[in-house]
Amino acid sequence: MITDSNEKLLLEGLAKDDKTAIETIYKQNYNTIQSFILNNNGSVDDARDLFQEAIIVLYEKAKRGDFELSCQIKTYLYSVTRRLWLKRLQSQQRFSGEINHLAEVVPVEDELDRHNQKAQEFEMMEKALSSLGEPCKSLLEAYYLQKRNMEEIAGNFGYTNANNAKNQKYKCLMRLKKIFFAQYKNED
Amino acid sequence: MEELQLLEAVERYLSGEMTPDEVTNFEQLRKNDPSVDQMVVQHTMFLHQLSGFGENKSLKHNLQNIHQQLLQDGDIQEIQPKAKVVSFLKKYRKVLAAAASIAGIIALSISGLVAYLTPKRTVNEIEQLKRELYSVKVSQKQTQNEINSFKNGSFRPPASGFGGTGFLIDGKGYLVTSAHVVAKSDSVYVLSKDNYYKAAIVIADENTDIAILKIIDGRFQPYKNLPYSIHKGSSDLGESIFTLGFPRTDMVYNQGYLSAKTGYKGDSSAYQITISVNPGNSGGPIFNESGEVIGVLSGKQTTAEGVVFSSKAKNIIKILEEAKKADSTNNIKLNYASSIKNMDRKQQIKKIEDCIFNVLSY
Repeated sequence: MITDSNEKLLLEGLAKDDKTAIETIYKQNYNTIQSFILNNNGSVDDARDLFQEAIIVLYEKAKRGDFELSCQIKTYLYSVTRRLWLKRLQSQQRFSGEINHLAEVVPVEDELDRHNQKAQEFEMMEKALSSLGEPCKSLLEAYYLQKRNMEEIAGNFGYTNANNAKNQKYKCLMRLKKIFFAQYKNED
Repeated sequence: MEELQLLEAVERYLSGEMTPDEVTNFEQLRKNDPSVDQMVVQHTMFLHQLSGFGENKSLKHNLQNIHQQLLQDGDIQEIQPKAKVVSFLKKYRKVLAAAASIAGIIALSISGLVAYLTPKRTVNEIEQLKRELYSVKVSQKQTQNEINSFKNGSFRPPASGFGGTGFLIDGKGYLVTSAHVVAKSDSVYVLSKDNYYKAAIVIADENTDIAILKIIDGRFQPYKNLPYSIHKGSSDLGESIFTLGFPRTDMVYNQGYLSAKTGYKGDSSAYQITISVNPGNSGGPIFNESGEVIGVLSGKQTTAEGVVFSSKAKNIIKILEEAKKADSTNNIKLNYASSIKNMDRKQQIKKIEDCIFNVLSY
């Protein structure tokens, strides 16, 4: 269905966090999405928020190795943004029952459900991390998110050696897991 | 501590840091101990979650940067919403014009209708403070009436109706009360401390809610002088006021202050006062500190707390002047000089109380 092999390349680039790919997607689509949001009672900030969220949805899809879009990236992003915007309007009870059409849409509900689930889990992680306090938070972020090695971290955080830092990291990780899974259970 | 070591082992196992020997041992342990296996599964999921979180965070960060960069390079433009409003107006100009004119016509016709249909005074929102005579009180009064009628050979009024308050404005037996107290009544009685008198309605003016009654009972002994006067001028905001009335069968005193120079919905023939009153206070005189009547209590607003209205005393003067024009035999003389000006409140009340009557209309 994808006629343009460029699109596939873009998706592969997106999955790899490739800056050029993201920039290209951004450039090609942002203005269309923005005018859609602005035409439907949204602000520039709404447009930026929703467009970036739509890219994240696309990213999650690409990350799963699913490069087979049944439509063009343009249509996909538009469909996602439209759906997100409708939801937001409804939650603010501003939805007038009419939305100005700009282009064709494809069904994206399932993927958005999955995305929302993920966003919720990320939020839980964020909460767990911030309730962990310092230096645990920074220590774990340095190791697990920024993927820095233990020697470097030990130097930065003022531990005498990498082993000490490692021990501290395990203690922090245990606490983080406890907080996270406590929330996780509550959500269920 | 054991838990910590286990966690370390799981992490090393998952990241492939274990030596082949360690891996074999660990896998053996995993097979034998389901809780270890459980931990491996859970930790895998957690690490996945954590790295997903990290990726999501950095992607969001990148997207913001890219947005700023593209904005700077002019590859994308943020159009201000102003443009949107203009296009919205343009798009819907005709619809808006039509809607506006329809709205205009409807508004005009509705306001016309409202103006046409609204009575001068919206009575619903004002609870008129006449008192329904409840059976208990009526029977109380009946007993009293019976005693009275035996004593004086007078008649006994029928047993239902409304009660209010009235006060003398002329010692010859003229009283003022609220028009709504005596509205739709066929007989009116006024009750003083120890006597019943039959009274006739001389004038009832619904607009200002003032009625003039005359005691038409031979047993009534005219008063030579009234202690209080009718205040001609206007009164000031904040002036302290008091009233005497019959929310129950005994006279009740209350005090308050003048809170606005107009009445309900800007009615310039009335004052708004703040005073605690109850049904039965209607028609009672509102005195200022010098013992001058500045108004006649008429009702309170049911939709607001503590808002009470009083017809201005000027209305009494006006009504009497008009009555005089119509009928020259009318000889009501108002007292304009208060003789209780510098007395303290208790003394004032002692002087006044004989001139306040409980008005009962049937």
